[in-house]
Amino acid sequence: MSTQTAEAVVGYDEALTRYDPVLGLEVHVELNTATKMFCGCATGFGAEPNTQTCPVCLGLPGALPVVNATAVESAIRIGLALNCQIAEWCRFARKNYFYPDMPKNFQTSQYDEPIAFDGYLDVELSDGEVFRVEIERAHMEEDTGKSTHVGGATGRIHGAEYSLVDFNRAGIPLIEIVTKPITGAGERAPEVAKAYVGALRDLLKALAVSEVKMEQGNVRCDANVSLRSRAGDDPTSAEQAQVPLGTRTETKNVNSLRSVERAVRYEICRHAAVLDGGGSILQETRHWHEDTGVTTSGRPKSDADDYRYFPEPDLVPVAPTRERVEELRATLPEPPAERRRRLQADWGYSDLEMRDVLNAGAVEVIEETVAAGATPAAARKWWTGELARRANAEGAEVTELGVTPAHIAELDGLVRDGRLNDSMARQVLEGVLAGEGGPTEVADARGLELVQDDGALEVAVDKVIEANPDVVEKIRGGKVQAAGALIGQVMKEMRGQADAAKVRELILGRLT
Amino acid sequence: MTNPTDLTRLTAAKMADGLAAGEFNSEQLTQAHLDRIARLNPTLNAFLLVDAEGALATARDIDARRAAGEQLHRLAGVPVAVKDIACTEGLPTTAGSRTLQGWVPPYDATIVTRLREAGLPILGKTNMDEFAMGSSTEHSAYGPTRNPWDTDRIPGGSGGGSSAAVAAFLAPLAIGSDTGGSIRQPAAVTGTVGAKPTYGGVSRYGIIALASSLDQIGPCARTVEDAALLHEVIGGHDPMDSTSIEAPVPAVLEASATRDLAGTRVGIVTELTGEGYQAGVQARFDEAVELLRARGAEIVEVSCPHFRYAMAAYYLILPSEASSNLARYDAMRYGLRVGPDDVASPSAEQVMAASRDAGFGDEVKRRIILGTYALSSGYYDAYYGQAQKVRTLIARDFEAAFEQADVLISPTAPTTAFKIGDKTEDPMAMYLNDIATIPANLAGIPGLSLPSGVADEDGLPVGLQVLAPATQDQRMYAVGAALEAALVEQWGGPVLDRAPEVEATEVSA
Ligand SMILES: [Zn+2]
Repeated sequence: MSTQTAEAVVGYDEALTRYDPVLGLEVHVELNTATKMFCGCATGFGAEPNTQTCPVCLGLPGALPVVNATAVESAIRIGLALNCQIAEWCRFARKNYFYPDMPKNFQTSQYDEPIAFDGYLDVELSDGEVFRVEIERAHMEEDTGKSTHVGGATGRIHGAEYSLVDFNRAGIPLIEIVTKPITGAGERAPEVAKAYVGALRDLLKALAVSEVKMEQGNVRCDANVSLRSRAGDDPTSAEQAQVPLGTRTETKNVNSLRSVERAVRYEICRHAAVLDGGGSILQETRHWHEDTGVTTSGRPKSDADDYRYFPEPDLVPVAPTRERVEELRATLPEPPAERRRRLQADWGYSDLEMRDVLNAGAVEVIEETVAAGATPAAARKWWTGELARRANAEGAEVTELGVTPAHIAELDGLVRDGRLNDSMARQVLEGVLAGEGGPTEVADARGLELVQDDGALEVAVDKVIEANPDVVEKIRGGKVQAAGALIGQVMKEMRGQADAAKVRELILGRLT
Repeated sequence: MTNPTDLTRLTAAKMADGLAAGEFNSEQLTQAHLDRIARLNPTLNAFLLVDAEGALATARDIDARRAAGEQLHRLAGVPVAVKDIACTEGLPTTAGSRTLQGWVPPYDATIVTRLREAGLPILGKTNMDEFAMGSSTEHSAYGPTRNPWDTDRIPGGSGGGSSAAVAAFLAPLAIGSDTGGSIRQPAAVTGTVGAKPTYGGVSRYGIIALASSLDQIGPCARTVEDAALLHEVIGGHDPMDSTSIEAPVPAVLEASATRDLAGTRVGIVTELTGEGYQAGVQARFDEAVELLRARGAEIVEVSCPHFRYAMAAYYLILPSEASSNLARYDAMRYGLRVGPDDVASPSAEQVMAASRDAGFGDEVKRRIILGTYALSSGYYDAYYGQAQKVRTLIARDFEAAFEQADVLISPTAPTTAFKIGDKTEDPMAMYLNDIATIPANLAGIPGLSLPSGVADEDGLPVGLQVLAPATQDQRMYAVGAALEAALVEQWGGPVLDRAPEVEATEVSA
């Protein structure tokens, strides 16, 4: 049984006093095309193992690939949205290596001729600062199959009795987006990493080219981290740029935004400890362990990893016409920054409110909630308040809690219809989070409903007025704010299921 | 009605005519071939697998449909043999390798689908050098094929099985694959016709890959017209092969009907004649040139200076692509699997190593190692990269030559068939057999080999190669058919008539 023990680390703030982190992020995106990259097999998630396969994606002798034109168009649209150049002519290459769930024992990918190159993505950080991440390339490739190792204690291949391979995923189109070295982020490097992957995810979602479900592996991030010594206080200085890059490690397959941030942070602290101890960083791949919050050593990696690349002779070159590229450019959605400005105006949020929304990663979900019928104010209140707190406590994204935009819109509707008051709405949300059903269902089951029967309310009001002659005296003497005490008592009589505004109205109507 | 035992001597075109006229039916025709295969294949080893049941079922089906008045393909009912490099659903396919012994593909190669759709009974799968690596069919894991002209000799390679089957009248037509000459060189040394269409002219889908950028499927036959007939069945665009040409099949059958050479400019490639060519091979070639001239062709000499690097480039590109194409044979999902002898509980890697050691022959191992080396990061530019540059230069040589000539000609192979075992210890000597055929594969242009007689010194057949520019396959069929007609007229009959009858060896039960 292997355990993932933390190696020596240096405190983050201390590490940053001596070192300047440099990042490189490689994000693999599974496209949502109906068929695979090089064959006509379906790509649906969750099908029975090995039911979405054919001679091509099984790599059977004699089978040949044919490029999925839709995948190429998605790649071009992604490239354009990342402000990249689009190659006028490019080829696929074979990346030759052995991997148990790769049917041909080579991966059809792009090597020195990516479809898109030299772009950038502007990423907004939590305080509103915009950080530009430069994109080296975005290239097309195919996914591998998926192995399940059975019989071992760890679920890893070592110690397993046997392994099962599912080729349904083999050949699903992937786009790999590679950044240029990200420098100048200084102590904000982990935040930049998280914000970049988040911004990329939002962009891909807006492009509608991927399901972008990180938990299903639609988006996977490999995070490269290296440290170099600090040349001064300013990580963006020319002097700092002169300091050579350190040896990097690559943490593979990090699959949530929060993990990206944590893994980068952990590697910075670990590198610092190794360097402080006079050691040197081993160039290797690392595995991230969500549960323990550490990375462990994978396989050593050298620049000389020999994949014996050569142009794929079974495929003709990809040569999109400039006219087609411009047609595709015209299909791009509104750029996320412009979109954010537009939504802020539509929703009437202050700058501070909008920043809260961004930091909670709730733009999309609020948009959907408003579209489902909630007021912008209510949508913001729920997603950046109660739900953001809950997500933070659980280390999850707000969208992963099991509450949908439709739920919040329904809840807001119940409040606006006067069926629930604020505290009752919170109880209903608790029930929804606990999986008791939708808001109406929970309200019904828990018997939560504002009393609409004026008769019962009037009886309660009369009873409280009679029992509190001194307070009644004060109100009649002009101290209207004293009514609060009476309202509280009426609410108690009604076991909370009354509309406070209405109670106040009734009391004042009786006494003034 | 013709005596069924004579049916096998007909050309495919004559068989088609006889079927259409009702002189015999496909079942009789197919059975006649199956009988001959049963008698002679133990000697020749041309077929690795005979599917008598399947072939007869197709034949009966065609006969019934013909009787019902259905409009059929012209070749419907004419049997065909398929090189074991093409996947056949439900029929074992080995590519001549122990690695794939017993593997039954779950799908048909596109060309097999087309043969089935046209109604050609498939007699079986023909022998070949393992994964098409070789020029003699001695590198088959299932034993060598023997040349019908002299059973001590090789039938050429890698498609020796297909050409021997056609030469020995075991099949009127066969499918071959030509990566560096594997259709044309066996055709030359067996006295038959073989054509390599323009690269991309026939689908490679379902053809077990040797070197993807060089491989080409084509017809093996006894006449140029028969080759054209088969070419038209299997050719044409296939959406499953992205390198397949998006254009109709060239009208090669129509081209093979022309007999007029007047005004045709025929170029002799100086680099592909003379030194290194057997005297009898050169003599027959020179005679053919005179015959072409006599029939009105204009003979010009052209030079292709970069051909001297063709062999070197070929033996870098082929192994490089092959090393990658063959990487899938890892014993994990299909094919031969053996464990290492001395390990109790072997790892996947150990099983893979042991299986590859047992499954691949020496020539395959040699080329995989060569290709792996040539593609390695430190050597790519020096080897694979340089070879690709040579390839471009060879294509330019052809372009320049085709400005001076409509077609180019040369002897197909430098020698007649050598004795089995003579060159197995000397790979370089073996490789030289493809010296005249390789440039066409590097440039992707079409090439055809037809018999040009027998060499005086050994009485064995000699081939002549006709090359045409890419997508101009008709030109080589037209010139080939005209020359064939002139030669047959001069000889007074086909060259195969001079081959001795193959003697059946007694097979002990
Ligand atoms: Zn498939």
